[in-house]
Amino acid sequence: MSDREISKSGVTRRGALAGGIATAAAASLPAAIPALAQGTGPIRIGSTLALTGPLAQTGILHKIVGDIFIDQANKSGGLLGRKVEWVLLDDQSKPDVTRTLYERLLTVDKVDLLIGPYATGSILSAMGVAQRYNKILVHHTFGIPSLAKYDMHIPAWPIGFNPEKTVTNRVMDMLGNKVKTVAVVTSKFPSVHFLTVGARPVFKERGIQEVLFLEFEFGAKDFGPIAARVKDANPDLLFMGAIGLEGNQLLEALEKLNWTPRNHFYTYPTPGPLALSPMGKDALSFTAYEDLPPLNKAPGAAEFGKLFTDAAKAANNPYPFVETQTAASYSAWQILFHAAKETNSLDDRKMADFLKKNGAPTIIGKVRFDGPNNYGEDMMRIKQVQNQKWVIVYPDEFKTPGSQLIIK
Amino acid sequence: MISATLLGQSVLSGFFAGCLYALLGLGLTLTWRYLKVINLAHFAFVLIAAYLTFQLVGKNGLNPLLVAVILIPVFFLAGVAQQALIEHYKVNEFASIILTFGFAMIAEAGLQWIWSADYQKLEAHYMRGSLQVAGLFLPISDIVMSLVAISLCVMVWAAMRYTWLGKALRASLDNPGIAAAFGVPNRKLSYLVAGASGASTAIGGIFVALLSTLAPSQIFSWLGVVFAAALLGGLGSPIGILAAGILLGVSEHVTMAITAPSWAPVVPFTLLMVILLLWPERI
Repeated sequence: MSDREISKSGVTRRGALAGGIATAAAASLPAAIPALAQGTGPIRIGSTLALTGPLAQTGILHKIVGDIFIDQANKSGGLLGRKVEWVLLDDQSKPDVTRTLYERLLTVDKVDLLIGPYATGSILSAMGVAQRYNKILVHHTFGIPSLAKYDMHIPAWPIGFNPEKTVTNRVMDMLGNKVKTVAVVTSKFPSVHFLTVGARPVFKERGIQEVLFLEFEFGAKDFGPIAARVKDANPDLLFMGAIGLEGNQLLEALEKLNWTPRNHFYTYPTPGPLALSPMGKDALSFTAYEDLPPLNKAPGAAEFGKLFTDAAKAANNPYPFVETQTAASYSAWQILFHAAKETNSLDDRKMADFLKKNGAPTIIGKVRFDGPNNYGEDMMRIKQVQNQKWVIVYPDEFKTPGSQLIIK
Repeated sequence: MISATLLGQSVLSGFFAGCLYALLGLGLTLTWRYLKVINLAHFAFVLIAAYLTFQLVGKNGLNPLLVAVILIPVFFLAGVAQQALIEHYKVNEFASIILTFGFAMIAEAGLQWIWSADYQKLEAHYMRGSLQVAGLFLPISDIVMSLVAISLCVMVWAAMRYTWLGKALRASLDNPGIAAAFGVPNRKLSYLVAGASGASTAIGGIFVALLSTLAPSQIFSWLGVVFAAALLGGLGSPIGILAAGILLGVSEHVTMAITAPSWAPVVPFTLLMVILLLWPERI
């Protein structure tokens, strides 16, 4: 009987063989079934970003990063064998709008997974929605860890549970005993205010005299009198709770008074303008990542750095380099995909439990979520403006080759 | 105890800030009073002019004076065009808020599309440095801006007070019909006021570019305080807005010098409320 003859069971020998292989394959790949069972179309991941409004400067950077990551993922086969779609909405920099839009993502757009918005206020809003629907929420740069109490929130930005203490202590360890007096000037923007006000007890514990403490409203446009008071106080260290351009604005006001701070630290400066400003010389800040060796030797970091620079230049961004915000953004995507791949599932609980137990590799390093409020260790490094560029100056193992901390 | 230098420096910087408020609000107060248009797009015009200055001076290397020569007529025409639109559709005073707010929103999106949402700073060597007088620092950029603001306010005041144009405008405001019977060209006058207001936004925008860092979301940064200055100074009064602007600027800055700077934004509106309570006919 030839291969083409019908067997008694009515099946050809070749057909029986194919059926057998298919059965065997199905039996040997049980783990693939749950993923397939959840759908065969694209995996839809929903989020909002501040694409307009006062936080749009940074929100747009997160969009560039997300577009790059999704493109890379789809080019390399998607996630769990399915294409990935990013459903992105504009929250206009407003936490109340963010809350409504995350509800919409889950109930109308029916996304499979969520990823976080930017910034702290909006992340907190999204976290509330995620909690109501039992969804995992991996997010980018949340600034007040003590407020993040949802057990399935996963912070991609490894700032630690007490950054107001750990970051401040790191800065002061680095500066050593040259700093005897400090002027603390802070915006009332919530995450900035939290970090800066929290630093005050650290200064006190270390015996550093606080010669000035000032608070100003977020969005303040005039820094003349603040500059005059800083100059009058003449501190060894200006420790500024600044977001966006506030650091630049104070420095420009100080320049008009012909006064330059000896040592100056800023919490969340927009990186480009501060680095490029002549007054930004020697400015300090903290960062999880800069596109500099040794950090950019991490797997995938160089490729991401190049793609980001090209995309940011095309978008007319004046500082087209990966730094702490964009690295945290990329890490958030890495963490979400890592959890789905490792659990071979889109089950929110399984993914969150896996991440809390195992952490995840990212371009920033291995990020852990096993401490209080799912925060692991503080992985922040200290950077300084040198020759109109940011370089990492502390701790030593992350120091940019050729850089040397400048203290006055 | 606050030092005399700190107090003096704060009064000075408040004076400069007040002059900027007057420069940004001069056109607004004129159109509000004489055209019955509450023009929120005024602030969008200022920021568009600032971005164009950033582009032409910072990117294309043009001299700011040449940029002024280009922008002032362009923005004069833009002001006229906006007024023509408002008159064509018979937009009333309150509807003008909605219409011009819409324009400002579109302008913000346009600025973001062209120059990105990120901050842009004109790094130019123009007007850098400060003069030092009796231990106080006077930034050259602020001195120039203040001189321009004061000159403009005085010139507009003089034109309104001593020329046929000013009399015609006042007549047109009191009774357009009778004014027209005496040969006052109401429509042409409205275009002239709208155009002058547009031109003032060009001048304001050039200084905003030279003095500040730009972001599209800053369109309404000055709205509150400039509105307060316009109301305090008396609508349509160039000298009034200059005096009110300086009063507000100095009050804000002295507040920042002697108490927490976060109290400063409260000052203009507290002053406004107190003055309106004591002097309600001010508007």
